[in-house]
Parts: sequence; C-alpha cells; structure tokens
Amino acid sequence: MTDKPLISIEALARRYPKRGGGETTVFEDLWLPIQKGEFVCLIGHSGCGKTTILNVLAGLDQPSSGSVIVDGREISGPSLDRAVIFQGHSLLPWMTVLGNIALAVSSRRPEWSRETVRAHCQRYVDLVHLSGSEHKKPAELSGGMKQRVGIARALAIEPKMLLMDEPFSALDALTRGSLQEEARRICRETGQTVFMITHDIDEAMLLADRIVLMTNGPQAKIAEIVENPLPRDRLAASMHRHADYYPLRNHLLEFLVTRSKSFASEIEGRPYDPRKPAVVRPRATAEDPLPAAASI
Amino acid sequence: MASSLSLRAGLLSVLIFAAFVGAWQWATLPGAGPGGGAVDPEYAALVSGAAAQGAKSAFPTPADVAATLWGHLKDPFYVRGANDQGVGIQLAYSLGRVLVGYLLAAAVAIPLGFLIGMSPLTYKALDPFIQILKPISPLAWMPLALYTIKDSGVSAIFVIFICSLWPMLINTAFGVASVRKEWLNVAATLEVGAFRKAFLVILPAAAPTIMTGMRISIGIAWLVIVAAEMLVGGTGIGYFVWNEWNNLSIGNIITAILLIGLVGMALDLALARAARLVAYRE
Ligand SMILES: Nc1ncnc2c1ncn2[C@@H]1O[C@H](COP(=O)(O)OP(=O)(O)O)[C@@H](O)[C@H]1O
Ligand SMILES: [Mg+2]
Repeated sequence: MTDKPLISIEALARRYPKRGGGETTVFEDLWLPIQKGEFVCLIGHSGCGKTTILNVLAGLDQPSSGSVIVDGREISGPSLDRAVIFQGHSLLPWMTVLGNIALAVSSRRPEWSRETVRAHCQRYVDLVHLSGSEHKKPAELSGGMKQRVGIARALAIEPKMLLMDEPFSALDALTRGSLQEEARRICRETGQTVFMITHDIDEAMLLADRIVLMTNGPQAKIAEIVENPLPRDRLAASMHRHADYYPLRNHLLEFLVTRSKSFASEIEGRPYDPRKPAVVRPRATAEDPLPAAASI
Repeated sequence: MASSLSLRAGLLSVLIFAAFVGAWQWATLPGAGPGGGAVDPEYAALVSGAAAQGAKSAFPTPADVAATLWGHLKDPFYVRGANDQGVGIQLAYSLGRVLVGYLLAAAVAIPLGFLIGMSPLTYKALDPFIQILKPISPLAWMPLALYTIKDSGVSAIFVIFICSLWPMLINTAFGVASVRKEWLNVAATLEVGAFRKAFLVILPAAAPTIMTGMRISIGIAWLVIVAAEMLVGGTGIGYFVWNEWNNLSIGNIITAILLIGLVGMALDLALARAARLVAYRE
C-alpha cells in the first residue's frame, strides 16, 4: 500500500445544476488510490454516481472539482492506456467481431500491418472462446457473446488498466457465472489492473481484492474499504465453503441494506477522513467459526 | 401461407387492372363516356378539329394506347429532327439531367451535412436558412436560374440540384448529429483519429439516415424534372409530354406517363437496394 499507485482519485466531486437553481452534489471529496495489478470493485446503489466516476476515470467526463492522477499527471481525456468495458456492450453493429477488435488494435498499433493486426485480434478472440464467430455481426450474437467481444476488444489493446461498468449485469445467471470465472482467470494470468463497478455482492467477492463501499447519493461518500479475506485461488463453485465467506457476505449485505442509507448518522460526532476511509477485513471469529447462512 | 398470400394479391392486382382497362374501354366507346354527346364549347375551342366533333372519342382506347406504346418500345431511340426523337432518347435526356443535378447535390449536401451535423453551433445557426429554403417549390427558382445562367438546359439541372439538396442535407446533418453517444465514446476511448472516426464510425452509423435522404431526393428530382422540362422545352420527357399535348396526341401522353412512372419506380428501387447495403441491425 505504500507503493506509488497506478492511478489515484483525488478529491473528486461531481455536481449538476438543479432545476430551479442551486446544485446537486452527486459525490464529493472522493479519494481512492489503486495499485498496479489490483482488482478493485466499487459497490453502491443505483444513482450514487458509480458510472460518473468510471467515466471520469475513462476521461469521457470531467469532474466538477478534484482530479485523477496517472503516472504523476492529471488525466486530460480518454487514453488507450485505460480500456473501458461499457455497461451496454457498445459494439459497432456494422462491423464484424474481428472488425470491432481490429478497430481497437489498429488504433493502438498504427504501424502494424493488416496481417499482424489480424493475428493479434485472433489471439484475443480465442482467449474469450469466440473462435468461429469472428465474422459474425453483433446482432447475430447472444448477450454473453457480445460482452465477450467487448472484453476481447478491451484486452487486445493491452491497456495499463481495465475499467468495467457493470459488465455482466445484463446477462443471465449462468452466462454471468462463466464470464466472471473467465474474467478472473484472464486478469490474474495477465496481472491486469482492474476497476469494476457492480451492485452484485457475489461478483465483487469472487473478483475483487478490495471492495469499495459507496453510500447512497446525493453527496455519496466512500464509507469503507473492505479487503477480501478469501484465498486468491477462490472459485465461484467452492468459495461459499470458506469460513470467511459468510462474514464477508453479511458485512457487504449489511452495508447495502442499511448502512449505505444511514452512514451520515453513523459518522456523526466521530472523525471521518475522506482520504482514509476505514479499512476492514471481515473474518470468521473464534466464537463464530461457521455462521449460519445469511438470512437473505 | 406467405406464398398463397402473394398469389392471391397477384390475382387481385390482375383483376383490378382488368377492371380498370374494361372501364376505360367502355368509357371510350363511340357515343359513350365523357367524349360523346354534347360538346363543351370551351373544350371544343381548346382541342379543335375532328376530335371535338364527337364522332369518335378523342380519348384513345386501351388498344390504341397499347399500339402506341408498342410503337415507341419497338424503336425508342430514333432521331428525326430536333422535334421528333424517340421516347427513349427523351427519357435519357431527362435521366441525364436528373443524375447530373442529383449527383452535384449529393456532392455538396453530404459533406456539408456532415460538417453541420458534427457541430451543434452550425447546426443551430444554419437551421433557420434551411427551414426557409426547404419548402420553396424548386420551380420557383427557375426564372432566377434562367436569368443568371442564361441556358435552359443548365437551368433545369440547377432546379434539380436545388430540389435534391435539402432532403440529403437535412438527413445527413440529422444522421451525423444523432450518432449514438456510446459509439462516439468507444471511438474516444480507443483514441481513433478524427479522419478514421469520420469514415469508420460516424459515416457508417449515419449511412442509413443519409440513404433515406438520398431516396427522398431522387423521388423529388424525378417529379420535378417533368415540370422543369415543360417550362424550358427542347428535349426531355417533360417536353415530350408538353409537345404531345400541343399535338393532341393523348395516346403518346399516356405512354409517356406510364414510362415516367416506370423509370421513377426503377430509380426508387435502385436506391432501396443501395440502402440495404448500408443498413445494420443493432
Ligand atoms: N446530465 C445530468 N444532469 C443531472 N444529473 C445527472 C446527469 N447525469 C447523471 N446525473 C445524476 O448523477 C447521479 C449518478 O448517476 P450515475 O453515475 O449514472 O449513477 P450509477 O451509475 O451509480 O447508477 C444520478 O443520480 C443522476 O441522476
Ligand atoms: Mg451506472
């Protein structure tokens, strides 16, 4: 944690003019460093400003104040170093699978020949198990396949960082499960730094090293940072058997169900430093070795 | 089910056509229909000659028109002096003018519409001009064109240019301005250069809307050319119709009307084909 972070959110705020005068503050004074190779998930209720944060990180949106620092410099716009996997798949419908990925690759490597670009794209098509569908248009693909193309497009530019906005939320449970496993495998193998938004607790538990909890908007804050106590080689199929699974899950659930609303009263009269939100690591205690299943 | 529906539709079409020809035949029987009986003096003054006498209807029978049509189709490209040229040649003149005016309009409207669509400022600034110029009948430009250009052929092309311009300009600007934000965000995060963005993202995204404008334009251009050629005279299918009206050759006029419809349909079909090439499913 003492390393210089790859990317650092500093005092970020976003305000929108309110109808009839005044301003709404979606969030303010947000601080978050992200280390290289880390998988960070941001959890919060709909409307708290998650997509806005991601768009600022991507360079697609400007904050009202504060900044995002990469390599010691404030970001000024989009960059191929930060690949985005959008909430909708955002494929260009008139291009084939290969065409969509090639657009990204040839932007990254304008000096490459057609053949090199093609071979490179094919590697990533194979990586997300889409071999055989290279020449299909997005309309001919299922939701899960489209999202895979989005992942392949983002990975193919070999970015320093991957930004994902609820990438799996539109998929059915089965497809979501297998894509989550794949995303985890790929990111671990390549040591990819990832910032991902989700509102799915199990997804965050499976994928993230750190889970950032955001309170409800307006004036959303980072309430807490939860370190994932589960072993790094966890699998979706077996992680629920781990002793720390329920303590972690209950902690996250407790936050989303009650604390995200009442956080303001929780910190009332107590010191709260937006630069250093509490870091917790929920674990099974001695008196409570294997708690009963969560009630929800 | 689908084939039986189109079969029945085809049958019904044939029936409607037969009924139409039957009614026409009946109306043009000697002594029946609008041509027979008492002759309106104004009408007689207008058409004069034997046709007005009521002995035989001036309006040709279906068989007469079929014969005239066949005569034209047998030899569409003859030239017997400036005022007597085959209907194929006249159609070619009209088509040539339409294509030149239309392509010039496309060459102006699509790049210009692209720029307008890219910039909300110019979009807003030019909107009042476009809104005022668009509803003007293209023929209203004709005297101005004749006065400034001083050449009837070029004036006709100018009129086609003007009438084709607006639908293409408006549709291109609209199509470009309403490219989905998501796709532009993709281009932005991939740092796609301005030139590649224009040709690989914005143009394909807006192409179906642009094609719609092109299809509207060609339809209007073909409507307008007939009227324009009636005004400027000389050559073209519009002039042919006007000339045959002066000759009171109703058979030739009906033939020309039929051919105008067929060519218009062919133009529309060609653009519908082209539109299918650039269409995409989301
Ligand atoms: N253009 C805008 N004008 C006013 N308010 C906006 C605008 N865009 C987003 N917001 C507000 O900002 C908040 C955060 O939006 P968003 O980042 O999409 O939330 P999330 O992704 O967490 O669901 C929402 O409450 C929304 O109402
Ligand atoms: Mg969102």
